Amino acid sequence: MSTAIELREVRKLYRRYAHRRRFATLKSALISGSLASDLRPDETFTAVGGVSFRVPTGSAFGIIGRNGSGKSTLLKLIAGIIKPSSGEVKVAGRISALIELGAGFHPEISGRENVFINGVMLGLTKREITERFDEIVEFAELEAFIDAPVKTYSSGMYMRLGFAVAVHVDPDILIVDEVLAVGDEGFSLKCLDKFAEFKRRGKTILLVTHGLGTVQQFCDGAVWLDEGQIKGRGDPRRVVHMYLSDVAAAEEALLTAEDKKRVEATTSEKATEASADESGAGGEPPADMFRASEGRWGSGDATITDVTLDDDDGPTHLFQSGEQMTVRMRVTASEPLNDFVFGISIFNAEGICCYGTNTDIEELRSETMGGDGEVCLVIERLDLVEGTYKLDVAVHTREGRPYDYHRLLHTFRVKSDVKDVGIYRPRHTWTFTPNIRFRNPPGE
Amino acid sequence: MLANLGQLIRYRGLIQILVTRELKARYRGSVLGFFWSFVNPLLLLTVYTIVFSVVLPGFRGVEVEPYALFLFCGLLPWTWFSSALLESANSLIAGGNLIKKVLFPVEILPIVAVLSNMFHFFFALPILALFLLFYARPMQWMELLWFPVVVFVQLMLTLGLGLVLSAMTVHFRDLRDLLGNLLTLWFFSTPIIYPMSMVPAGGKFIMDLNPFTHLAISYQEVLFYDGPFGHWRWLVALAGASVVLFLLGFALFDRLRDSFAEEV
Repeated sequence: MSTAIELREVRKLYRRYAHRRRFATLKSALISGSLASDLRPDETFTAVGGVSFRVPTGSAFGIIGRNGSGKSTLLKLIAGIIKPSSGEVKVAGRISALIELGAGFHPEISGRENVFINGVMLGLTKREITERFDEIVEFAELEAFIDAPVKTYSSGMYMRLGFAVAVHVDPDILIVDEVLAVGDEGFSLKCLDKFAEFKRRGKTILLVTHGLGTVQQFCDGAVWLDEGQIKGRGDPRRVVHMYLSDVAAAEEALLTAEDKKRVEATTSEKATEASADESGAGGEPPADMFRASEGRWGSGDATITDVTLDDDDGPTHLFQSGEQMTVRMRVTASEPLNDFVFGISIFNAEGICCYGTNTDIEELRSETMGGDGEVCLVIERLDLVEGTYKLDVAVHTREGRPYDYHRLLHTFRVKSDVKDVGIYRPRHTWTFTPNIRFRNPPGE
Repeated sequence: MLANLGQLIRYRGLIQILVTRELKARYRGSVLGFFWSFVNPLLLLTVYTIVFSVVLPGFRGVEVEPYALFLFCGLLPWTWFSSALLESANSLIAGGNLIKKVLFPVEILPIVAVLSNMFHFFFALPILALFLLFYARPMQWMELLWFPVVVFVQLMLTLGLGLVLSAMTVHFRDLRDLLGNLLTLWFFSTPIIYPMSMVPAGGKFIMDLNPFTHLAISYQEVLFYDGPFGHWRWLVALAGASVVLFLLGFALFDRLRDSFAEEV
C-alpha cells in the first residue's frame, strides 16, 4: 500500500517569546533559514519532538491529545505552512488543509466573490470554481445569502461556506483541524458523510479532533500526542482507550488535590473559630441545611478525620456508572460516646439530593464508640447517570446535634458510555415483539 | 529562488483576484464608492495648489506654469509609491492569520499591495489627461511612448522595496512607524513640489542618488515639459538598478520565508 504522508523524526522548536535577541533570530533566519537554530536550549520550546509515523493512502487517520500537545503544529508541518526544525515530512498529492475555515474571507465583499477568492487561494482555477459553484453553495446551504457581504453572516454560515469551499477543492489529502465542532448537529453529520465519501474515493484524511467517538468510528489508525511526543499509536479504539485512562488519571489527581484543599481550608477555619470561642463548639450549622454551601461544623466530640471513596481497585474519585463504591470514614472520639449516628448524602451538580441515609434511619441503635475507628458504607451498584457529585458525611446525635459535619467537601465523578439523562439509572432491559426490529438489537 | 519566482506565474490568477478584491473592497460602503479613485487625487492636488499659490506663492519657480499641472505629474506617481510601500510593509502582519492557516506563496501579499496601488494610479490618469487637454500643452506623441517605461521602472523599484520592507517589518515592527516619517522626508527630498532647477549645485549630487528623483523628472519631462525626453540615460540606468533591487529583494524575502508563519 502506498504512503500518503510520512514523517520521520520530525522536530519543531519554537523561540520562547522575549524581546531580547531579536537581531540574533533575524540573523539566524537569514543565514540558516531557521529561527531557532542560533538559540540556547532554554530559549526554545519543543512543540513537536521527534515524531515519526506513516499514513497509508486512502485511510482516515486521527491525531488526539490534550490542548497544547502539538497537534496543530503537526498539522501545519504536514500542510507545509511551517517547516520542521529537523526531520523530514513527505507528502504525496494535493493537500487541502482545513485548519481554519474561511481564513482569508474578506468581510466587505459578497459570499460569491469570497468563494472565488478562497477557491483560488486553495489552488483551484476560476473555471473549476465556476463548475463547482452551485454545488458549493448548496452544500453550505447558503443559496439565499450568497450575494450578501460575509460580514453579515452568522458564525455558522461563515464556517459552512469555508468548509464547503475547502472540501470542493477535491484534494488527495484532506487535513481537518477540529472543525466538526463548529456546525450544528445536522451539518456535522453532513461533514462526516463528506469525509466518508472522500475515503470511498481513495483519498486520505488526517483528522485532529477532541471528538473521540469520531476517531473510534471513522479512523483506521490514530496517534496520541502528548507534549510533542507520540504516546500511543495504532488501532484507534486502543489509542483512544489509552488516552482516556491517562486523562482519567490526571482528573483523579486534580480532584484529589481539590478535595484536600477544601478539607484543609475548612479545618483551619474551624480551628481558629474554636480558639476564639471558649465553649469549644466550633461553627454553628447554617439555618437552612439544604441550601448550605460547602463547609464543616460540629462540636468536635467525635470527628471524621479522613474520607476516601474506593472502587474495586482502591481509592479513586472516578467511578463507572453501576460500579461498586465504598465510602470509608476514619472517625475518632476523644471521650467515649453512646449517642451517635453516621450519615451520608449524595448531591448532584445542581445541588439536588440524590440519596441520603444514616444509621438511625436504618434503625441501628448506637451503644458505644471511643478512640479511633472506621465506618464503611458499601454501595453495591452506583446507579447514577454521568456527572459530578458531591458528598455530605456526618456524625451527630440522634436529635441531630452535629459532632462533625462535612458539607459538600468530597467530590466524585461518574462516567458512563450511555448518555442517558436524569439522576438515577434503574437497572433495565428493553424487549420488543418480533415485528419491531432494530439493526443492532439490545444486548449485542 | 528561481522556482519560487516561477511559482508566481502559476499563481497569477490569485494575484489578479486579490488585486480585484482590494480595489472592490476599498470603497465598499462609501457614498462616492469608486469615484474616490478620481476624487482623492483631485483633493490632494487642490490642497497643494492652495498651499503653494496662496500660502507660499514665492516658493515655486517661474518656469513651472501652470503649477497645478507640474505638481500633478509628480504627485500621482508619488502617491502610488508611498501608499504601496506603507501597505506592503504592513501586508504580512495584516495577513498574519492567512499566513498561519493557508499554504500559498506569501510574497503575493506585498505584490498585491503594490499592484492595487498601481491601479489606483492608473484610474487617476484620465484626470491627468483632462488637465493636459485643459491647459492645451503641446504634446509630442513619440515622447509618450516613454510613459509605460517609466511606469515599469517605478513598478520594479516599488516591488523590490516592498518585498524587503514587508519581510523586515515582520521582524522589526518599528519599521511601520519609522517608514511614515521616512517617506515624508523622502517626499521633500524629491523634485515634486519644486523643479530640479531650483536645487542648488551642491545638493544636486545628493538628489541624483535618490531613485525617485529620476522617476519624477522622467514623468515631468514626458508629460509637462516641451521638447525631447533628455533624461533617458538616467532612466535606463535606474531600470537596471531596479530590476537588480527586485531580484535582491525577492532573494531576501525568500530567505526569510520560513520565519513568517512563526513570527507574524
